Amino acid sequence: MSMLNTLIAVCAAYALFLFAIAFAAERVALRGRTGWLRSPVVYTLSLSIYCTAWTFYGAVGSAVRSGFEYLTIYLGPSLVLVGWWWILRKLVRIGRAQRITSVADLISSRYGKSNLLGVGVTILAVVGTTPYIALQLQSVTLSFEVFAAGDMAAGEEKGHTALWVAAGLALFTVIFGTRNLDANERHNGVVMAIAVEAVVKLAALLAVGVFVVWGVSGGVEQTLARIDASALGRWRIDGGRWAGLMLLSAAAFLCLPRIFQVLVVENDDETHLRTASWAFPLYLGLMSLFVVPIAVAGLDLLPPGSNPDLFVLTVPLSQGRDGLAMLSFLGGFSSATSMVIVAAIALSTMVSNHVVMPLWLRFAEPGATVSGDVRNVVLTSRRLSIIGVVMLGYLYYRLSGGGAALATIGLVSFTGVAQVLPAMLGGIFWRGATRVGALTGLTLGFGCWGYTLFLPSFGPGVFLPEAWMVHGPFGLSWLRPQALFGIGGMDPLLHALFWSMALNTAGFVAASLASFPTPLERLQGAQFVHVFDHSPSPRSWTGGAAQAEDLMIMAQRILGAPDARALFEREARRQGLHGGLPDPTPGFLETLERELAGSVGAATAHAMVGQIVGGMSVSVEDLMAVADETAQMMEYSARLRAQSQELARTAAQLREANAKLTRLSVQKDAFLSQISHELRTPMTSIRAFSEILRDTEGLAPEDQHKYASIIHDEAIRLTRLLDDLLDLSVLENGQVSLNLREGLLSDVLDRAVAAAAADETGARLRIERDPAAEQVWLNTDLDRLSQVFINLVANARKYCDAVRPVLEIRVSAGEEVVIDFIDNGQGIGREARDMIFEKFARVSDQKAGGAGLGLAICRQIMVRLGGNISYLSGQPGAAFRVVLPANIALAAQ
Amino acid sequence: MSKHVLLIEDEPNIIEAISFILTREGLRVETHTDGTTANARLRERQPDLLILDVMLPGKSGYDILRELREEAATANLPVLMLTARGQTRDREMAERAGVSAFMSKPFSNAEMLEMVRSLVTSRA
Amino acid sequence: MSDQVDAPRKPSVFLERQSYRRRRIIDAARVLPLLGLLLWLIPLLWTDEGVAGVRSSTAIVYLFSVWLVLVVLSCVVSTALAFRDGPQSPPHDDEAAQ
Repeated sequence: MSMLNTLIAVCAAYALFLFAIAFAAERVALRGRTGWLRSPVVYTLSLSIYCTAWTFYGAVGSAVRSGFEYLTIYLGPSLVLVGWWWILRKLVRIGRAQRITSVADLISSRYGKSNLLGVGVTILAVVGTTPYIALQLQSVTLSFEVFAAGDMAAGEEKGHTALWVAAGLALFTVIFGTRNLDANERHNGVVMAIAVEAVVKLAALLAVGVFVVWGVSGGVEQTLARIDASALGRWRIDGGRWAGLMLLSAAAFLCLPRIFQVLVVENDDETHLRTASWAFPLYLGLMSLFVVPIAVAGLDLLPPGSNPDLFVLTVPLSQGRDGLAMLSFLGGFSSATSMVIVAAIALSTMVSNHVVMPLWLRFAEPGATVSGDVRNVVLTSRRLSIIGVVMLGYLYYRLSGGGAALATIGLVSFTGVAQVLPAMLGGIFWRGATRVGALTGLTLGFGCWGYTLFLPSFGPGVFLPEAWMVHGPFGLSWLRPQALFGIGGMDPLLHALFWSMALNTAGFVAASLASFPTPLERLQGAQFVHVFDHSPSPRSWTGGAAQAEDLMIMAQRILGAPDARALFEREARRQGLHGGLPDPTPGFLETLERELAGSVGAATAHAMVGQIVGGMSVSVEDLMAVADETAQMMEYSARLRAQSQELARTAAQLREANAKLTRLSVQKDAFLSQISHELRTPMTSIRAFSEILRDTEGLAPEDQHKYASIIHDEAIRLTRLLDDLLDLSVLENGQVSLNLREGLLSDVLDRAVAAAAADETGARLRIERDPAAEQVWLNTDLDRLSQVFINLVANARKYCDAVRPVLEIRVSAGEEVVIDFIDNGQGIGREARDMIFEKFARVSDQKAGGAGLGLAICRQIMVRLGGNISYLSGQPGAAFRVVLPANIALAAQ
Repeated sequence: MSKHVLLIEDEPNIIEAISFILTREGLRVETHTDGTTANARLRERQPDLLILDVMLPGKSGYDILRELREEAATANLPVLMLTARGQTRDREMAERAGVSAFMSKPFSNAEMLEMVRSLVTSRA
Repeated sequence: MSDQVDAPRKPSVFLERQSYRRRRIIDAARVLPLLGLLLWLIPLLWTDEGVAGVRSSTAIVYLFSVWLVLVVLSCVVSTALAFRDGPQSPPHDDEAAQ
């Protein structure tokens, strides 16, 4: 049996083995026993699809050609993994929180779910990845050729091998890559197969390395000596490329669709990252450890001109180690196949989700989305996409004709996909990044990459005319693809990397700053950038302690440190814990929530506890509850406002009452002072004259008589004053008993006029009356009414200052009986009118006959009788109007 | 030459009583019932004593007294104030206005006479 | 105010210390890649002129030693983090059980 047949048989067996593993993994997962399937080790191993056939075979070739430069491809990703806390943690969290399905989805979702961006990134990914898939096919074909060298004519076999491999890979990917509709769910079979392949390729490379170091060279020291003695003996590196490629590989690691697929989409648990952070760099270190020894051994052992890209195979073969060579072949085969499988899944997801489905939705008849066949459409579209992607790679391989053009495609591809980096990092760290910015950056970067690196990589004259390369397009020398802006002399790769990334980033930032994001973009931006505030931590991420700690910190902020500590200590004691934090049991959470609710309201407290413990970003219910609470608070504050208004009213009333009391007190003082004055004045005369009468000897008899009369008058004045005071007091206290009688108004007036006239000396005052109108029967206290009339007539007599005083008494009896007393004097000044009914109010003191109580008494009497008395303005002299209510007046008889 | 007393009081009976008492003691008494007419009279010729009632029509006794004290010529004129209200607040107000002596009504004739005498002689 | 007075004698010092330690571990996790980058950029300073040049064996030993140190440090840091974060992590989280 020829070597080739054995190889084919081994290949077939290996392929069957992979299928079996994938099947088994799916079966196990179906039964729900995913424990070890989802271990961090498997996760780390699945990341190894970074090491493709290009690195498996190509690293040694690269070492032969450029020394240690190959290492940069591994150093970059190692740094990214070691620095997982910076970027990967956030990326993975976002991927899980937002259910991201691919790089294109990430960018599209971040920038307002823009499908244009999704399509753009998809195209970039396809363009960047297709040559890479072709490279894998080529490497498998080449490795076949090594074994088939003696067996048959290679030319014909070449295409067939690649086709078979491509078909097999497409089949595998379709079967295991599209089992479930949800692209965000884990492809257990695929991941398991990849993990196994990762082990195989590492084992293969280590085996060859160990064989070279100990089997061929005879030990570590000899190997190192041999290296120093070889063409690679001195450190020789282009500094720019060393740093640039490290950066490039790190960027590419983040952006490569297949890496994103296993790193983020297939990620099952964030804690796996912690393991991967050291295990994957270790894996990469081991993968690259023996590259230089193998290269040196190949240079030593194999004839000059041998393809260094195949040293991993040809060195064992040359030493007659067919088994080792077979293992090595399987390693390379694994590298190639795993890359193609994952890349196909990743790309098909993008193509299906961002290109095929939108198109289908546009052209499908309306209503298609609600019927059940969408699922089939998606699956079919994804399956066709997988086949399409793999076949595109195959076609690319066939059309490019393989060979040297493909060898350089790895870094070219890296540079292409790295164009996503600014939009990606900007998207997860900078809220100000906008869709327009991302589009601008991607377009500039992609265009620059295509023009300066991708198209020229096919060689002069294929896509770009040779004249362009030398003189620039249309003779514009500053646009020469490998010397943009006239800056020549750079390594073409670095030149392209520098300009594409620089233009990309500058365009991204500038356009982001200049444009304004849509609401959806802003929302997504906030959710991406603040993913750790919004999304839940996975259960195993924050265990009890961290959770309780977060709760404690939050509680301290709200309740204050002493209270929060007391609360937590109490709970810890209740749970039987000493010196630690209580477990966040449901009961405790309820208690805490209630405590917090006291400070911030129930809905907010629930949302806060929920964010730390449970759950989700704030749910719609929470928001509604918050809104409710706000409404309640507004209602409450409205009520408070009403209460405070009432309080203000009460206070005003109180103030008023107080002012009244003060006024009353002042009035009382004034009243007492007035009474004192009114009493003391007559008393002064009485005392003075009585002393004169007593002490003076020889007083003339007429003087004696005069002084005795004065004493007598003043005593009467005093008596009248006291009578008035008592009368007023009785009236004011309401203790007066009315003596109701029937009588004619004219009689009452007659009596009053007579009494008033009797009171004074001389009847100077002429009184005009209308006897006919006065024939009104009244039923009231006629004596009191008469008292009022007497007062009014006496006042007129006292105060009317006309030369010939006249008092007119008018009576009009309608519903009420109105009696007006109008004299022809000056009347009372406008400002005094308000005061005249107050006690002791005297308009003029000149003729102070009374104490100023008369009108006050009149008013009190009229109030008691149910009528009123007022000053009548608009008359020539002083005018008073007495109004008697209707029920007092009886119908004229 | 007999001492000259100016009396400003609105109650005719009280005017009569005071005039009687002081005239009998050989004092010359001039009476006014109103502060405004008294003011003009005061500027004409200063009396040896001014007896002033508080409750006057028009201008109160306090106001008249304050005006007198503001003028240099009458700043030291002896003023006896009479009030029928007799509260301590009235006495304080009178003292602030610059009164020389203060009596509340009703008064004893003997006290009044003694007070007038002492005020008139202190002036001399 | 009362916070400053109370804090030192309350039993929850343990909590604060643990929380503090965790922050510093995270700091270490952040610094590590920068350290790696720095060490791996040192070869830029190496001359490649003639005999004075660095021998490839030295370069290999240096670069891979740095690699190993990084792996070990990263392992220590992430294990420490895992230990602090999740003593009750699911059983498959084997690093936490170490």
